[in-house]
Amino acid sequence: MSQAATEIIRISGHAGSVPGAGIDREFQVCKLVDTTTCIGCKACEVACLEWNGYPFSQTTFNNSYQTMPETAWNYWNLIKFNEHEREDGSLMLLMRKDQCMHCEEPGCLEACPADSAIVQYANGIVDFQEEHCIGCGYCMTGCPFNIPKFSPAARKVFKCTLCNDRVSQGLEPACIKTCPTGCLHFGTKAEMKELAETRAAQLREHSGFPDAGVYDPPGVGGTHVIYVLHDAKNPEAYGGLPKDPHIPWLVQLWKKPLRWIGNLAIIGGVLGVFIHYMRYGPKVVKEDENHGGTQ
Amino acid sequence: MKHEPYLLPNGRVLRYSFHERMIHWMAGFSYLYLLLTGLAFWTPSLFWLALLCGGTTISRELHPWFGLVFVVAVFLMFGMWGRQMKETPADKAWWAAIGHYIRNEDDKMPSADRFNPGQKLLFWGFFVNGILLLLSGLILWFPQYVPWSLHVVRPLAVFVHAVCFLLTVALFIIHVYMGTAMERGAFGSVIRGDVSRAWANHHHHSWYQQILRDSESQK
Repeated sequence: MSQAATEIIRISGHAGSVPGAGIDREFQVCKLVDTTTCIGCKACEVACLEWNGYPFSQTTFNNSYQTMPETAWNYWNLIKFNEHEREDGSLMLLMRKDQCMHCEEPGCLEACPADSAIVQYANGIVDFQEEHCIGCGYCMTGCPFNIPKFSPAARKVFKCTLCNDRVSQGLEPACIKTCPTGCLHFGTKAEMKELAETRAAQLREHSGFPDAGVYDPPGVGGTHVIYVLHDAKNPEAYGGLPKDPHIPWLVQLWKKPLRWIGNLAIIGGVLGVFIHYMRYGPKVVKEDENHGGTQ
Repeated sequence: MKHEPYLLPNGRVLRYSFHERMIHWMAGFSYLYLLLTGLAFWTPSLFWLALLCGGTTISRELHPWFGLVFVVAVFLMFGMWGRQMKETPADKAWWAAIGHYIRNEDDKMPSADRFNPGQKLLFWGFFVNGILLLLSGLILWFPQYVPWSLHVVRPLAVFVHAVCFLLTVALFIIHVYMGTAMERGAFGSVIRGDVSRAWANHHHHSWYQQILRDSESQK
């Protein structure tokens, strides 16, 4: 985003072409999570808390390594641990770092009624502006990934910012910086997509995972967090990653056709009674009329 | 519930008791707040209405509480008016003649009881929508307590809430128009409670005749 200020497109009194003209700059950022090299160390969980200034939360033990059942308003980054039985009977421990996916078509933003409470930056980051949040929770209804969480104390909703404060200063997100295995990568969307596809091809061809693939769901226009999965045909096995996420169709119906029909009906109703009054006027009762003395 | 409207000494007719008027305005004022805040959340071009209602976060905080007040008022109305709002066989003829009513040709209308069929529709419209708004509103109030396995009910609640809201707005526009501009004297009946004898005879002929008969038999 900030790089746009360094890109020259016209030069005064300059003979010849503009240096660098025609270069296609890629501003869209992307986080790549390679679930096949995650070791479940949770360093990303800690780095997220440290950078964002939240204390370590109460953990929940549920016969799993998982810190808690789902992300919380002050716990934006959670590795989901799932034991998975393969067709040959062998077991796999699937570990997927769960966080905001930063959708290209964000359901939270679509559902939000509060002016300026959710913004989408040109680099793809979807960010909540808590000072404008009214705490209605519609974002929680619009999100297909169960990410925005309500804080009972603040009475507002919070979620992962993709470290917008770091990224805007040219740094990688805190989780990326801390990852010890290199399973987390950060770069432009095009680079990450290419890296992910290369890794998926490697898994398919050399590691015995014929269904390995990249998770970049088209139902929400693609995401700015993408996964490499051993089995891209079964994302649900990775702690409930939806197979075909999209903005709930009732939310789309509510925000587009119903809003227009409703607004037209309200305006039409007010105009209708006004026109009725102009045409027919009030019902006037003559006070001298015979009011029921006859029986 | 037996309701006893009666002739007033000043030659007027008591249309709504103090109790009825209080409950009507309990519903009326709470609905007004719900409408303004609801419109603010409904469309971005009316979001500024939330500022009139105490601020954007305050509007979100208070909207459900006013909703509870409104629903309590609707239930109280059901208790005091439910029986009088029952549909009767005569209502069909009234609806068949609705065109005359709209064109103010009231002399061609069948006579109405205490509540005419249009008022009954308003009442049941608010009653049914009130229940649906309450049920969907509880989910909207506490979406964080809806487990993710049941998350489909959240968009459903949002949609039901919006549709019922629009239906009540339609009823509300017609009700306010008829109660103020169209039927002169009706607004006074829900403020001070009384109407003229001519008004009672004109708009609620059957009801007024019953009052006259009752007062005759008590003499």
